[in-house]
Amino acid sequence: MKLATKLLSVTAIVSATSAAAVDLEVTHWWTSGGEAAAVGKLAEAFDASGDHWVDGAIAGSGGTARPIMISRITGGDPMGATQFNHGQQALELVEAGFMLDITDVAEANNWEEVIFPPALLDACTIDGRVYCAPVNIHSPEWLWLSNKVYEDLGLPVPTNWDEFVASADAVRAGGKIPLALGNQPWQSSLAFGALQIAVAGIDAWRAVNVDKDMDVASGPVFAAVFEAAANARALAVGSNVQDWNQATNLVITDQAAGQIMGDWAQGEFQVAQEVAGTDYTCLPGLGLNAYLSTGGDAFYFPKLDDPEQEAAQKRLAALLVTPDVQVSFNLAKGSLPIRGDVDLSAANDCMRKGLEVLAAGNLVPGGDMVWTPDTQTQVADLMVEFWKSDMSAADAQAAWVAILQND
Amino acid sequence: MTTASKRPWLLRNINAKIAAMPMIFTTLVVFVGGTAWTVIYSFTNSKLLPRWQFVGLDQYERLWSNNRWLTSVENLALFGVFSLVLTITLGFLLAVLMDQKIRFEDTFRTIMLYPFALSFIVTGLVWQWILNPQFGIQHIVRSLGWETFTFDPLYNPDIVMFGLLIAGLWQGTGFVMCIMLAGLRGIDEDIWKASRVDGIPRWKTYLFVVIPMMRPVFITVLVITTSGIIKLYDLVIAQTSGGPGTASQVPAMYVYDYMFTAQNLGQGLAASTMMLLSVLIVLIPWAYLEFGGRRNG
Amino acid sequence: MADTTTNTALSGPRGPKPRKRLSRGNIILYSTLFVVCVYYILPLWVMVMTSLKGMPEIRMGNIFAPPVDIEFQPWVKAWAEACTGLNCDGLSRGFGNSVRILIPSVILSIAVASVNGYALINWRFKGSDVFFTILIFGSFIPYQVMLYPIVILLREAGIYGTLWGLVLVHTVFGMPILTLLFRNYFSSIPEELFKAARVDGAGFWGIYFRIMLPMSLPIFVVAIILQVTGIWNDFLFGVVFTKPDLYPMTVQLNNIVNSVQGVKEYNVNMAATLLTGLVPLIVYFVSGKLFVRGIAAGAVKG
Repeated sequence: MKLATKLLSVTAIVSATSAAAVDLEVTHWWTSGGEAAAVGKLAEAFDASGDHWVDGAIAGSGGTARPIMISRITGGDPMGATQFNHGQQALELVEAGFMLDITDVAEANNWEEVIFPPALLDACTIDGRVYCAPVNIHSPEWLWLSNKVYEDLGLPVPTNWDEFVASADAVRAGGKIPLALGNQPWQSSLAFGALQIAVAGIDAWRAVNVDKDMDVASGPVFAAVFEAAANARALAVGSNVQDWNQATNLVITDQAAGQIMGDWAQGEFQVAQEVAGTDYTCLPGLGLNAYLSTGGDAFYFPKLDDPEQEAAQKRLAALLVTPDVQVSFNLAKGSLPIRGDVDLSAANDCMRKGLEVLAAGNLVPGGDMVWTPDTQTQVADLMVEFWKSDMSAADAQAAWVAILQND
Repeated sequence: MTTASKRPWLLRNINAKIAAMPMIFTTLVVFVGGTAWTVIYSFTNSKLLPRWQFVGLDQYERLWSNNRWLTSVENLALFGVFSLVLTITLGFLLAVLMDQKIRFEDTFRTIMLYPFALSFIVTGLVWQWILNPQFGIQHIVRSLGWETFTFDPLYNPDIVMFGLLIAGLWQGTGFVMCIMLAGLRGIDEDIWKASRVDGIPRWKTYLFVVIPMMRPVFITVLVITTSGIIKLYDLVIAQTSGGPGTASQVPAMYVYDYMFTAQNLGQGLAASTMMLLSVLIVLIPWAYLEFGGRRNG
Repeated sequence: MADTTTNTALSGPRGPKPRKRLSRGNIILYSTLFVVCVYYILPLWVMVMTSLKGMPEIRMGNIFAPPVDIEFQPWVKAWAEACTGLNCDGLSRGFGNSVRILIPSVILSIAVASVNGYALINWRFKGSDVFFTILIFGSFIPYQVMLYPIVILLREAGIYGTLWGLVLVHTVFGMPILTLLFRNYFSSIPEELFKAARVDGAGFWGIYFRIMLPMSLPIFVVAIILQVTGIWNDFLFGVVFTKPDLYPMTVQLNNIVNSVQGVKEYNVNMAATLLTGLVPLIVYFVSGKLFVRGIAAGAVKG
């Protein structure tokens, strides 16, 4: 560690002579097409401001990247900044004192006023201090549809989940897969989460996920959710892919009619040069309940014990929230900006729908904020089992309630 | 024998002891220390970072009531038995074939051995592809006219472990074959001559004379193969990610997922403690057999 | 292509010469070997063929068919252009690092393990068998389990995140199997040699360098092959215990293969896979014979 700090300070001194530019290593798992383009925008802005973004991309989303981040931080050789889904994931690292307190940056830039919805900043705040800079809002509850599949079959493009299910037989008869679903565990979990809000409605959702009311969770409203999930399971038969973007690709190439996936799927449509509204359709809240949960990504800044570096970290933190960066980053990534005061005239059809939901305040906290990673993993395990076997809806519901009770 | 006072005993062989320091350090600090650490923290409710909050056997109770863990153990047992038996028998049979004074032995050997040079990640990827029903073997056979042919082990929960096995054997048998072949070459020619003179059939000679003589070879193979089976992780990740559903989950994946994705260190460590325990159950009797008898020799 | 040539090469010289009793048995023998070889070669065949096809041809279907138009672009892309995150310089970025990690790790791990094996056989001390048993136990420990303790150890030693930290980790985890091999090998060297040298007054290191080392070339070859393969293919340690400017090639391979930019570029993936595996593959193809001789000489007696 000493050697490393020495090396770091050497580079700091060397770069200090050249206009105080500091190399800052940033670790993240954004490597798919749209994601990489979006990270490029961040790096561009940071480089333009005089510092240097050293890219530490690790493919394989949270599962591969997170052990690396945790090991490096606890090993005493941290990166300059690292992506996390904010909420409960990084909580312990903050409590253990590994993370830089950036409250002064937040105050100087008036984050409390500009960051919208405020829940995002709350998720970064622990005991009144701010530890992370949110960069985007991601909502998982979207249904993506291929217009061409429906046009070819002479059907109207569904406007909500119920119509989608109703049209599924025709789609199947037309030789297409109704619902694309990748094999990775979190994708089944995500689809279930989306069905929760769409089918159960917002009040029942809150009762379970926020107030942890287990009577509602085991009640008839959620029984309907599990029935819907069992239906969706039948619709997903035949989509033999692993990754989420391979599943999205089935929709892009019109092999599948639809996919339940977060708004990040839009980046893939964009890379494939499809146009929202004409080539594909997106339905927030699966078209039933236009509520979105606001998880998202945030950057944390591990403590580096070096004033030069620390200053650069704070410069980066401030930069991430500035309107220009917010616009260019989120346009590329297909996510929503974390401030309401930016001009998104370049936004496409889908982002507009998202912005409307956002403006109407139809938001609920994201899964990372209400449940521990442990509970989420167990739910994901259960969902994988459920989606890939013939487990009955009632059994799945009982198992689900048992997991939530132990949270 | 050991009644001499401590100092001279410590000093005797001092160079050897100094030279063995790295080994002593590794065994005591890394392996014993690391294992102790693992066991101790498996009794806590550590989440993301290790912390001292003793919860007794809670983690173990939860572990053994978890469906995914039970499936993982079952899968590994299935994979382990088949892999061990097949690797050793196939490795031995291939070695016997290669030992028939054949032509092009070098070529054959290289062909069988090269997969060992490739990582499990690569192995998994390639086989995932060959076994993919849409463009792999199934597709080819169907396009040859056999329309109903079905071979999709990676997408069928009942046989997915065998899909992994095909790839695992591909990667590992060549190496085992080489060790076995080396063992066969180490057998004295006279043994063969003697058995020929006595009119003992070849297969009997192999079974009752050669194999017992190759005991150390089998032990080396056993250690290498078993340790590979227990650590099975990369191959599964690359080939199936544990799917379809939980049909190809293995313990190492459970450990890793709970340690880092679920951020429930205690649970992950409880699972790894169970894995280490099962290794010990096999290893301790072996060590007794191996060293217990020869102590005085 | 490769399997057909082996086939003709096989049946060519085999037929005419030893006509007598070899025929039926040999037909069975060679055809068994041939079938086995198809199983072994198939994946390599698929990899090479796919890496030489363009994407349109891959979408057409048959993964076993040779390419109609040979394309080298996937190889170029995998080596120099594929993007992982922001860096679009393919695998080339990690090659140097892999070499930098490989060389000291191979040397150190083999040096340590050979001394271990030597001490365990020729200079037994009280408890040496216990250490050996623990070492064997160590070979069964899943790497993932040891991440946390090792992070703590390296942090306390102050070498976390450095090249030497990683070298040390490779040495530690290479130790069990290597020590087993060296121990077995040295036990096959006649004890008389050792005793004679002791009578001449040679000490621990004297015997090691002047008698044991010159006699153990074959087992060193085996150890080198095993370590080159293992360390070159390592992903987990390389990525957890170093930082981006030291990341080995496998990290780029993971990023290329796992980060899907829209459509999976199978040809680039396969080319990247082959390029990454090239070093150990060459080592195997070149030294295959020595490998078996080495194992024959050592791994076997115990």
